[in-house]
Amino acid sequence: MGSYVVRRLLQSVVVVIGVTLVTFLALQAGGDPTYLFVSERASLEEIEATRQALGFDRPLHVQYLSFVGDLARGDFGQSLSYRQPAMEIVLEALPATIELTLFSMVIALLLAIPLGILAAINRGTAWDGSIMTFSMLGQSIPNFWMGIMMILFFGLYLRVLPISGHVPFLAPMMAGDFGTALSNLPRTIFHLILPGIAVGTYSLARNTRLIRSSLLEVLEQDYVRTARSKGLPERRVLIHHALRNAWLPVVTIIGLEFGFLLGGVVVVETVFSYPGIGRLLFAAINQRDIPLVQAGVVLLAGIFILLNLVVDLVYVRLDPRMKLAGGRG
Amino acid sequence: MSDRPGEGTVPTTRRETRFRWEFRRATRVMVDARWPLFAVIFLLAASIAAAFGPVLSPLDPNRQNLVLRLAGPMAPGPDGAVFWLGSDALGRDVLSRLLYGARVSLLVGFAAITVGGSIGIVAGLLSGYFGGWVDDLIMRLADIQLAFPFILLAIMFLVVLGSGVWNLILVLGVGQWVTYARIVRADTLSLREKEFVEAARALGDSTASIIFRTILPNILAPLTVIASFNVASVILSEAALSFLGLGVPPSVPTWGSMLAESRDTLIANKWWLAVFPGVAIMLTVLSFNILGDWLRDCLDPRLRERT
Repeated sequence: MGSYVVRRLLQSVVVVIGVTLVTFLALQAGGDPTYLFVSERASLEEIEATRQALGFDRPLHVQYLSFVGDLARGDFGQSLSYRQPAMEIVLEALPATIELTLFSMVIALLLAIPLGILAAINRGTAWDGSIMTFSMLGQSIPNFWMGIMMILFFGLYLRVLPISGHVPFLAPMMAGDFGTALSNLPRTIFHLILPGIAVGTYSLARNTRLIRSSLLEVLEQDYVRTARSKGLPERRVLIHHALRNAWLPVVTIIGLEFGFLLGGVVVVETVFSYPGIGRLLFAAINQRDIPLVQAGVVLLAGIFILLNLVVDLVYVRLDPRMKLAGGRG
Repeated sequence: MSDRPGEGTVPTTRRETRFRWEFRRATRVMVDARWPLFAVIFLLAASIAAAFGPVLSPLDPNRQNLVLRLAGPMAPGPDGAVFWLGSDALGRDVLSRLLYGARVSLLVGFAAITVGGSIGIVAGLLSGYFGGWVDDLIMRLADIQLAFPFILLAIMFLVVLGSGVWNLILVLGVGQWVTYARIVRADTLSLREKEFVEAARALGDSTASIIFRTILPNILAPLTVIASFNVASVILSEAALSFLGLGVPPSVPTWGSMLAESRDTLIANKWWLAVFPGVAIMLTVLSFNILGDWLRDCLDPRLRERT
């Protein structure tokens, strides 16, 4: 097990280096990156001055090393539209994005588990059929369109739920102001409902299918038949024998899930004018504010890598087979 | 499933007969299940819209008409035409834009998986057949790519490269290779030691011939299932990127950019601008997903209950 942890950590290091390389190369992909930082009407002297100020006149490997150095210090340079360090702006928007991601994750997992179990134990019935139909639909609806439809229906037609904005919960929490945080919580959740559903539906649909098929597979195993033939009540067989093993594949996808949800959050935030990193990225894309785009993307990717590492390490503890094999598979 | 004949009922192992039998079974499953049939019909209609958009469109999709802007569905249009699905904020015909939009979605969907599939298949074959450092290198590259949430990677490259159909295809295509590479690698690993590969080796076939003519044909079938689901997810990503303004130039109508434009008039309850493009995306993606399910059932009934 120890060797697995070490190998997994080393692998993370390789991945992080790769990510910095990709981020660096992305900037170079369109030719001389200087042109991304100057206006279209800039004179030749201005372009040259910018090139030297940003160091794009240096050899590539020097540029890369200094890029990595800046990265380690969280320095992505000044945002072109805000005239502030890009990382500061992104970090300010981070708590709102985390709130939305976590909320949609709760939807995607908490609802998927009962739905998946319900479908599996009623296999072939109308229950199963309707849950699987829902799941097929859920995987085919673009999340941002779902957001727009919900705005039309719940926000403008029924007028029951807020269609934009955000009430901070994590931000006052981190500032140590628990009173404000707690009194904000109901309104925070209220504002998260529509965007949370829009982001979470795809994952909810996919997880439901996954849990159903995972449980169906386990229910056919010999040890489940043994448990049944011992005369154990079906409920006990399900909870103590089947589910314990069926949820392992689910744990594996939680980490990947988070990254997937983050991707959805980026688009859906724009629909709901939700003040997180996604809306910030959207504005930065339209203003071609490269440092801000990079800071946002790298921060989210960094969180994703860290989370996957944690999930993998937790997985070793959950699955006893991993300890014996000393690695995955 | 119960009517599935056992192995012995395959009349003969001759190739065409077997193919005909498979084809008959596939069509029967399709007609029995109904949904795959609807999916195929819808996709055919969408392909026709994509191919013959200019002939089918009642109006020029980019023709503005500020007097007739934001007209509801069925409202009279210019020169005796009808805005069947309404007009947008610039007075352009929604139906015509929808028909043209099918082009970008389908073209990008298919082209991207062709790019991604080709890279992935070659990478997977090399990785699985040679193993060792080749395998390590390719799989670490895959890990690095998977470490990024895909849409973020796409955003970063498209911001720098600029919008355009080819950039979109390239970025979405490169985004897909890992899926194919992993599956092909696993299949190649198991085939590598099989007798018929051993036989090809013994006969002195070149390595390239073994990889591409002996192994490749035997791993293609399951890939069609992946490809079908993959087209669905690529079309979703394309719509999302177009929605963010990273897709094709504004003069080309796409379903995603139509939805982005609809946001400005949402509060004024111009629902037709938001509903129709979304339904178009949903039905297309749904059709590919249903098709993927059906292909999987046909190719390997045992896989039916998984994922």
